Amino acid sequence: MPRIGRRKFLKISGAGAIAARTGGIAAILASGKAPAFAQGATVHWLRWNDFVPSSDVLLRDKIIPECAKDLGITLNIEMINGNDIQARTTAAIQSGTGPDVICALNNWPQLYADSVAEVTAVADKIGHDQGGFYHVSTVVAHNGKKWLGVPWCIVGAENAYRKSWFDAIGVSKFPNTWDEYRAAGKKLKAKGQPIGQALGHSFGDPPTFWYPFLWSFGGAEVDKSGKKVVLNSKATVEAVKYGVAFWKDCCDEGGLAWDDSSNNRAFLAGTISSTLNGASIYLLAKREPDKYLTEKGTPLWQDIRHGIMPRGPAGRFSCQLPMTNMLMGYSKQQDAARKFLAWITSKPIYQAWFDSQGGYTVGATTIWEKDPIWNKDPVMAPYRTVGRGAEFPGYPGPADRNAAEVLSKYIIIDMFAKAVQGMSAEDAVKWATSEVQKVHA
Amino acid sequence: MAVSGLATRGAFARAPRRGTASRLLEDERWLAAALLLPTVILLALFIAYPFVEGVWLAVTNATVGVPGKFVGLANFEMLWNDSIFRVAVWNTFVYTAVATVFKLGLGLWLALLLNRNFRGKAFTRAFILLPFIIPTVLSTYAWKWMFDPTFSVINWTLFQLDIIHSRINWLGDPGLALISVIIVNVWRGVPFYAISLLAGLQTINPELQEAAAIDGAPPWQRFWHITWPLLLPVTMVVVLFSVIQTFADFQLVYVLTGGGPANATQLFATYAYQLGVGTGLLSQGAAVSLAMFPFLLIIVVVQLLYIRRVEVH
Repeated sequence: MPRIGRRKFLKISGAGAIAARTGGIAAILASGKAPAFAQGATVHWLRWNDFVPSSDVLLRDKIIPECAKDLGITLNIEMINGNDIQARTTAAIQSGTGPDVICALNNWPQLYADSVAEVTAVADKIGHDQGGFYHVSTVVAHNGKKWLGVPWCIVGAENAYRKSWFDAIGVSKFPNTWDEYRAAGKKLKAKGQPIGQALGHSFGDPPTFWYPFLWSFGGAEVDKSGKKVVLNSKATVEAVKYGVAFWKDCCDEGGLAWDDSSNNRAFLAGTISSTLNGASIYLLAKREPDKYLTEKGTPLWQDIRHGIMPRGPAGRFSCQLPMTNMLMGYSKQQDAARKFLAWITSKPIYQAWFDSQGGYTVGATTIWEKDPIWNKDPVMAPYRTVGRGAEFPGYPGPADRNAAEVLSKYIIIDMFAKAVQGMSAEDAVKWATSEVQKVHA
Repeated sequence: MAVSGLATRGAFARAPRRGTASRLLEDERWLAAALLLPTVILLALFIAYPFVEGVWLAVTNATVGVPGKFVGLANFEMLWNDSIFRVAVWNTFVYTAVATVFKLGLGLWLALLLNRNFRGKAFTRAFILLPFIIPTVLSTYAWKWMFDPTFSVINWTLFQLDIIHSRINWLGDPGLALISVIIVNVWRGVPFYAISLLAGLQTINPELQEAAAIDGAPPWQRFWHITWPLLLPVTMVVVLFSVIQTFADFQLVYVLTGGGPANATQLFATYAYQLGVGTGLLSQGAAVSLAMFPFLLIIVVVQLLYIRRVEVH
């Protein structure tokens, strides 16, 4: 049997592989970058630790092997705390190496517009096949010229409330207006069952409550063009005054120090009667009925209902948390990553992940609100339509870099917080306006 | 004569030839430079390069993924007019000053106690180090739980002891939030002071104390005229390290409050992170970080001069 030496093996296999896969070295030199193949490629996907653990299990146990089978791509999923994704993204972009795909929250894609790769073809096809993307997913993931990522999902935010406690004060369904909600909250707080709302520095709950609160009174940080700062208005002052009164009358004042999980704990412990949140409170209480009980010893989940944001003088608004998969510009696996994004967001594959969420998120495209999952549990019904009419910080202007800066500096949140801490509403609005103006300067 | 001359020539021929490197290393100046080179390379790579890069970033308009252009001092001008930055500067000074005073006082007290002979001394000394050993993020999460407005064990205890009748909003009240983060910093920093000062105390010759005691000096005078002067050089070095660390503290505040409520606990480092990472404004984040430099430089220079004066005395 003829022996093949090490040198000969490398020569044959290396040359053969290159010739077979690329059609020659000239093509590589002409492209100016290393070739990328779906077959045998590894795609590194960075995302948050899901609030629904079974979804993470599904990704690890089923999606990874399916991806290898269907695409020949080795999928490497890394899950980290949502608050740490930006630090990882910044480090990866600056060093030019890191995850190929990063699942961004909020309007972060606008911050990294110059560092993401082209995915317009993938996003357009997904949108076309699945009834189009919701407005909120589009404003955060599209910069007017191209898609900065492929929209992934929307984490819905609705008010989880204790039905029996609201019944006890004579409120049989969730209040429709802020006045009704305030009246109910006043009675509840007097009974030691306050409303719980975060008003601190955290990316989820504070913005999803206080931004639509402001809009529902007619206040906004900028006009429709996104260029003129209009925060210092009568409507904003009214919103802040009402916010302070609502806080004092109805809310658990510990909320000034809450992060995104504090209200979950408080609700599950039975110390608050209502809170704007994802469906995680209800889903967890339902998953562990023996652990989370009411004061009467009955399963807590049976006493939880969900209500949409109350209406203000200027209408009803909501702010949801969209997520977007960004293909990073530095990735050396761009073709493979695009194939992966098209595959994971396609209906048959996405369906499995969507089912595992149990309604915690709705898809970024409109077909998912028609899914039969919403017929399974009427308590989850308000989350079905969270994508409709949802707006995002920066409204009525674009959710651009300036809006992202105002959001990440918590200027709108701190405007309410300062007023709650004793600053006059007028001064709090003036302070916030000057900060927003500096961002837009 | 001839034989002798041949032998000498043979011995010379057998002697090893010295290369240029060997000859250079025999020169003390070159040898010193060669020995210093690895350290210089390490310092240049890990200290000088990041610092220069930070300075460069601070004078550009770079954002994440965009190198940016030179803008001179525009970022610092922006900071000068930034009300959040001013709050962060004030908070950092209060945080550093108050925490350092308490860490020094409590650390010194603990060191004096640990310097005595008692049963379980070794165990106690090891135990004292726990706050310093536990990863800061982990212990800060424990503190966050203890300060939780709803589930605070501190509030529960005070309530049970009938000391309070309504709960204390530790991290929600602006004043209390700053006090709370200072408390955690003191808790974490006291062991470092205690162990370092204890090491200093053990270098003091006990005969000095004994002689003073025989002369009738009471404990306070013995401390003030013997222990304190001899401990001062160590104390100053410990304070120096501590001030630098406290001034640039990040993780403790980031975990406990994220700089809130309404920037009441915002420090240099947390604000730099918020701008640089949270908003992607790398240049402004770098400018905030760099703004720490002159303050720290003044503090360090003053302390080093003082240490030198103390050592000369």
